[in-house]
Amino acid sequence: MRSVWALAVMAALSVLTASTTTLAGEPKQGGTLRIYHRDSPANASILEGATYSVNVPFMGVFNNLVIYDQHIAQNSPDTLRPELAESWSWSSDNKKLTFKLRQGVKWHDGKPFTSADVKCSFDLLMGKSQQKLRQNPRKAWYNEVNEITTSGDFEVSFDLKRPQPSLLAMLASGYTPIYPCHVSPADMRTHPIGTGPFKFVEFKANESIKLTRNPDYWKKGLPHLDGIEYTIITNRSTAILAFVAGKFDMTFPTHITIPLLKDIKSQAPNATCVVEPTNVSTNIIVNSSSPPFDNIDIRRAVALALDRKAFVDILFEGQADIGGTMLPPPQGIWGMPKDKLETIPGYGPNVNANREEAKKLMQKAGYGPDKHLAVKVSTRNLAEYRDPAVILIDQLKSIYIDGELDVVETANWFPKVARKDYMLGLNLTGNSVDDPDQSFYENYSCGSERNYTNYCNKEIEKLFDVQSQEIDINKRKPLVWDIDKKLQEDVARPIIFHARAGTCWQPYVKGVTIMSNSSYNGFRYEDLWLDK
Amino acid sequence: MFAYLVRRLLLMLVTLFGISVVIFVLLRIVPGNIVDILFAAAGYVDPADKANLEKELGIDQPLIVQYWHWISGFLRGDLGYSYVSEKPALQEILPRIPITARLAGLALLFSASIGIPLGVISAVKQGTRLDYALRVVSLSGLSLPSFWLGLLILTASVAMFGQMPIFNPNPQTWLEAFATYAVPAAAVGFRSAALTLRITRSSMLEVLRQDYIRTARAKGASDAAVNYHHALKNAILPVITVIGIEAAFLIGGLIVTETVFNIPGVARFLVEAIRWRDYPIVQNLVMFIAVVVVVANFTVDMLYAVFDPRIRYTD
Repeated sequence: MRSVWALAVMAALSVLTASTTTLAGEPKQGGTLRIYHRDSPANASILEGATYSVNVPFMGVFNNLVIYDQHIAQNSPDTLRPELAESWSWSSDNKKLTFKLRQGVKWHDGKPFTSADVKCSFDLLMGKSQQKLRQNPRKAWYNEVNEITTSGDFEVSFDLKRPQPSLLAMLASGYTPIYPCHVSPADMRTHPIGTGPFKFVEFKANESIKLTRNPDYWKKGLPHLDGIEYTIITNRSTAILAFVAGKFDMTFPTHITIPLLKDIKSQAPNATCVVEPTNVSTNIIVNSSSPPFDNIDIRRAVALALDRKAFVDILFEGQADIGGTMLPPPQGIWGMPKDKLETIPGYGPNVNANREEAKKLMQKAGYGPDKHLAVKVSTRNLAEYRDPAVILIDQLKSIYIDGELDVVETANWFPKVARKDYMLGLNLTGNSVDDPDQSFYENYSCGSERNYTNYCNKEIEKLFDVQSQEIDINKRKPLVWDIDKKLQEDVARPIIFHARAGTCWQPYVKGVTIMSNSSYNGFRYEDLWLDK
Repeated sequence: MFAYLVRRLLLMLVTLFGISVVIFVLLRIVPGNIVDILFAAAGYVDPADKANLEKELGIDQPLIVQYWHWISGFLRGDLGYSYVSEKPALQEILPRIPITARLAGLALLFSASIGIPLGVISAVKQGTRLDYALRVVSLSGLSLPSFWLGLLILTASVAMFGQMPIFNPNPQTWLEAFATYAVPAAAVGFRSAALTLRITRSSMLEVLRQDYIRTARAKGASDAAVNYHHALKNAILPVITVIGIEAAFLIGGLIVTETVFNIPGVARFLVEAIRWRDYPIVQNLVMFIAVVVVVANFTVDMLYAVFDPRIRYTD
């Protein structure tokens, strides 16, 4: 059994050292936090959502079994905290994870929370219940879970097929709230009921989302705020101007690009702004199932042609990160160290030398100064996709590849990629949890729905399982690095950069922590307060 | 006259039927549906989940069945449910109509109350500095996109006053209520006012050269009586036509203005609904707009007879 008290002490210490946390003075009760929301989410059900547009406003309605410490920017196994679970323990063979649940917790409609609700939530996620989620984008997270069993009203166990320490990380994600058994998935889309610090009031599509304080919250004295109001403003210029004018207390988290951040700082010099990695990588998807990219030499040439620093300098004024599949350190827990990264072809600092090598590969494949390869570079019709795609096309020119931008509407992007109707694509991949299991299985395992390039390497898949079962994080890291290096060398999905983005809030907003290795897990907002 | 009215009303019904077919078909021609978009956003697709959702929403049925389901419901006043919010479409659309109606009405009022008098002044003062100045203003009005003008107004408001006139659902003061609608209405109505000014000016110039105007002046009528009573009354028909057309075009301007000023009206809602391929919302909203446009055209035709007694609608 792990000591919850020890964790609590660690949490208290880390609160004092958290770099992007603003805590000052004695918290004041009251006030409504006003945030603009970047778009109108499809519905209010986090379990069915696949964008942080759902997590940000609705995470405050719920609790998880465990959660990442909301005052520590970096999510890591050391920052896991109990929430609806009071404690947890692994069996000796690490195949059974048991949670002791908190007693006296009530749903917002007054009904008691019990282990049945936990079982219902995960049966729903695993597709084992009578009721079904309309969409279940994270079903694969629970592939290694055999079943959920309860023992009385306040104990629940996860029986695993094999050890998987990362299960706790996934349970701590903002994407894994506990739902009530007695409310249908359909009702949870329109009127969510949770146990969290805020009760749902209303969601007017394209207008606003309102939450109010839960006076019966099981954490006594919390939340500090009377409520939170999200005003949906899809036009970024309007939203930022409104923040500058003081209509909002906070911008939508990680919504401010680096160039816009300078505008805000000049117009609202008192605002507090932080820039953190979003754990969203911009990468290239290559259709290796048809010519010309069925030729590994051409795929390698593309990877060698990348000048990643140029992307970072142009798009982020130098404030983004270069790495492999996993978010690079220091914010990323699992990313390769710089010296290892630079041994991967294309990651070395000498771009010209890399491109000379790429040219030789292209010439070997029959292309050269007199015979260019014409390709369409497909991407989604969103600025964060289009802008790097244009730079990519420019860089590919240096190795005899003439790219033509093929902008695809969002509705058609995934179907197009899924039916392999593209040659070369520029894609963004978000990781809700900074853990290799989430990233490797989802994006690189044979047959995964999100493995857009159909990369399939049975040998490397065995290594996925090996790292996944490793309990010791220090032993697991080198395994992860080797896999990540191999994925880059295989040109499975060349990573160009990991983005960073800014968040700003007014000086009187206290207790905000922006997570530095995930954009999905830090919005409980139970101890935010307004110093005014 | 009665037969003419009946004929026009029947024509309106045929037009609306045609529009309903066009909307329905166009929406299905556009690639992707709500299910594609939901799964695209989630970045995965489970064929079974997808099929279930298509069945649940009824978009797996033959097109003719879907059309009949929609149009028969529409005629009964049952607009169905929004695919996205899962609320009744009527409940989603109705609260937004007054917002857009107020905005459009104010924009048209702005257009007419600014454009017509200034057009008359510009014509009467033809060739003077004032005329040139007004022509420059009208040209700039026609050249400035309303979204850009809107952003300029917002930026200037923040820079100069530290305030921002974006939509406030519960205005506390008269000024807030005014800012909520008047500023965006001016932004969207500026182009329309400029057009009205130019049409009024050219129409007035033509009328002011007529013999009966010279006669009126010779009889000693005042400038105001000549310009506003004799000339404007005869010059107003093209202006009414333009305002009628502008009323229809206004929805395009309102889409960007509602977005820039963050006004939760029908126009912005329509764009979002199109983005999600929320058929019940898009179909019913476009039909609503079509009805407004058809009725506006009909009203304009009737106004011709009011303003020009020589026009008579006969059988």
